Amino acid sequence: MKMLSFQFRVVIVLVCACAFSQSAAAAETLSIVKKREHVQCGVSQGLPGFSNPDDKGNWVGMDVDICRAVAAAVFGDSKKVKFTPLSAKERFTALQSGEVDMLARNTTWSMHRDTALGVDFTGVNYYDGQGFMVRKDLGITSSLELDGASLCTNLGTTTELNAADYFRTNNMEYEIVAFEKADEAVAAYNTGRCDAYTTDQSALYAQRLKLTEPSAHVVLPEIISKEPLGPVVRQGDDQWSDIVRWAHFAMVNAEELGVTSKNVDRMKAAKNPSIRRLLGVDGTFGENMGIGNDWAYHIIRTVGNYSETFERNVGKSTPLGISRGVNALWTQGGLQYAPPVR
Amino acid sequence: MSERSIIARWRARVGLHDVLAQILVALVLLMAVYWLVGNVISNLERQNIASGFGFFNERAGFGINQTLIDYDEDNNYGRVLAVGLLNTLLVSVLGIAAASFLGFFIGIGRLSQNWLISKMAMVYIEIFRNVPLLLQIMFWYFGVLRNLPVPRQSLSLGEFIFFNNRGFMLPAIHAGEGALWYLLAVIVSLGAFFWLKRRARQMLMATGNIATVWRPTGTLFLLALLTAYLIAGVPFQFDIPVLRGFNFRGGISIIPEFVALLLALSLYTASFIAEIVRAGIESVDRGQREAAAAIGLTGPQALNLVIVPQALRVIIPPLTSQYLNLTKNSSLAVAIAYPDIVSVFAGTTLTQVGQAVEIILVTMLIYLSLSLVTSLVMNWYNARIALVGGTHG
Repeated sequence: MKMLSFQFRVVIVLVCACAFSQSAAAAETLSIVKKREHVQCGVSQGLPGFSNPDDKGNWVGMDVDICRAVAAAVFGDSKKVKFTPLSAKERFTALQSGEVDMLARNTTWSMHRDTALGVDFTGVNYYDGQGFMVRKDLGITSSLELDGASLCTNLGTTTELNAADYFRTNNMEYEIVAFEKADEAVAAYNTGRCDAYTTDQSALYAQRLKLTEPSAHVVLPEIISKEPLGPVVRQGDDQWSDIVRWAHFAMVNAEELGVTSKNVDRMKAAKNPSIRRLLGVDGTFGENMGIGNDWAYHIIRTVGNYSETFERNVGKSTPLGISRGVNALWTQGGLQYAPPVR
Repeated sequence: MSERSIIARWRARVGLHDVLAQILVALVLLMAVYWLVGNVISNLERQNIASGFGFFNERAGFGINQTLIDYDEDNNYGRVLAVGLLNTLLVSVLGIAAASFLGFFIGIGRLSQNWLISKMAMVYIEIFRNVPLLLQIMFWYFGVLRNLPVPRQSLSLGEFIFFNNRGFMLPAIHAGEGALWYLLAVIVSLGAFFWLKRRARQMLMATGNIATVWRPTGTLFLLALLTAYLIAGVPFQFDIPVLRGFNFRGGISIIPEFVALLLALSLYTASFIAEIVRAGIESVDRGQREAAAAIGLTGPQALNLVIVPQALRVIIPPLTSQYLNLTKNSSLAVAIAYPDIVSVFAGTTLTQVGQAVEIILVTMLIYLSLSLVTSLVMNWYNARIALVGGTHG
């Protein structure tokens, strides 16, 4: 009885959080996290490559790595994090009410979400765009041939709106079938309820692995929207917001500076002042955020740099086989760019 | 005991300080509510979460695949609420009708002298009552959907009704102006039917003779239709669904989500209603059945005229709560993407707008109103049949 429990939870959580407590949104997340001795991180209900339990039940993925990086920065231990799987619909309520400290749930940064929901996006850990997946035997090569198609997708996502915009703009008819859980949307597409499954392109590759016959499906080349995915925190707690923002920046900077989980201990003795500042040998950058100066050292030691998390979770050697593309460093023609640690 | 006499006795018994205590408790309660509401609002403001009901007029921008009223992406969230509510009502009303019908027969079957029928009814009840509803919905949706053909290989009935894994495609009937004559023919025939039926009953009471109603009504209906045809011709156009591109276009399509939800809700609730009907019938004294047999009523007549009217008095109150359950259970629709109020309003609208407090509040109020209206109607009906029962009891 998923629905009932969700509504019940929304009501209880909102009544409790809004009516009785004064603390959730105030600038205290860090001290609450420290007292609790773990970071509570909102993730997806299972999206290979981004947040998904592995065969031993450990959460792995690019979004999971952001959570682990935050835990490493705060505690020096990337294991001090617990995960709350959330549906697309539940995620912002769970964050607003203080049920989780942060979201790393393949969540699109949009203006409405940033300005009206009481939340802040701290950056973009994956530049994505919405695409379509169809059966190969339909013989379709472009999403402009989808006139009259039924589309399976997830309820309460930007996907639903983008699909509506795209089909209207191109004067095509469509039928949207929106499921609360991604698994059910994929299952319905798998049984043939829909002609196409539409969501962020990275997720299309990930979900394709769950189909009975992945090779019988093809992801169409068009990208119909901008989907910058990033971590989200509650608005109004700048200290916590900084920690989450810089956890991602540290990984990008580390890649740029050639610091990896393997050489990070050696790099501590490096002469390059940028590396010395990043690893906390010089400066008090950690202290300024209320955590240890070796915050980035712990992130890189336990989680790795941006390239390492990308290749480990979604890269060419994984079943997803996604190339860096726009997610390459700015020095290599991509969009991943981090302000300097200075 | 009437309500008035209870109040009068209460007034007589309690003193002034009792009344004051009541007022005090009510005041404290009010203040608590006031404080809660104020606190929620101020906390929402402090967290920079938008509040208020202005979003009702904003453009929705998303599509819905089953709408009983005209809707497109340019309509606002208020319209979305109406679409979702109508979809909830559609599946609830049809579900209640189907569950009552089925439950009634299974309940009677459960009491049948025929061993096979009574055991089959028992097996039905035990299976459908004991499997969680969500699983049943999933079963009807995924289990059955999987085995249906793709649109290109649709099963068809005379090439104008089609059936595939996108649902049922039925021809739509577009009525022209002349259709009013046909409507008139139907209304006249219906009126005549009820009038004749009343007269036949009066005649039965007065003389004991049984008059036929169906034959004159049927004749009249045919004559009326013929007249309408002579005046207006055939003012109907059929819009037959045709396969074009991915799926059928034109006609009316009934989506599989609706079929699965309706099936699951009515089969599940029917098993509970069957037990209620059985209990109701068993509550009627054996002597009633024997007396009915003694005055020469046949089995079905005894059931119709003697047993069921008395059993109804026991059946109606628990039946009401089953109706309420069915309506509320229809919110499980969200699991299989049926666009009910929870899916399109407390789902998509909630995430697009982000105002959980307002939206959940409105949704709860709507379910509450639906439940109260259902209870009201059923209580009215219950009072009516209780009175009828009272006159001879």
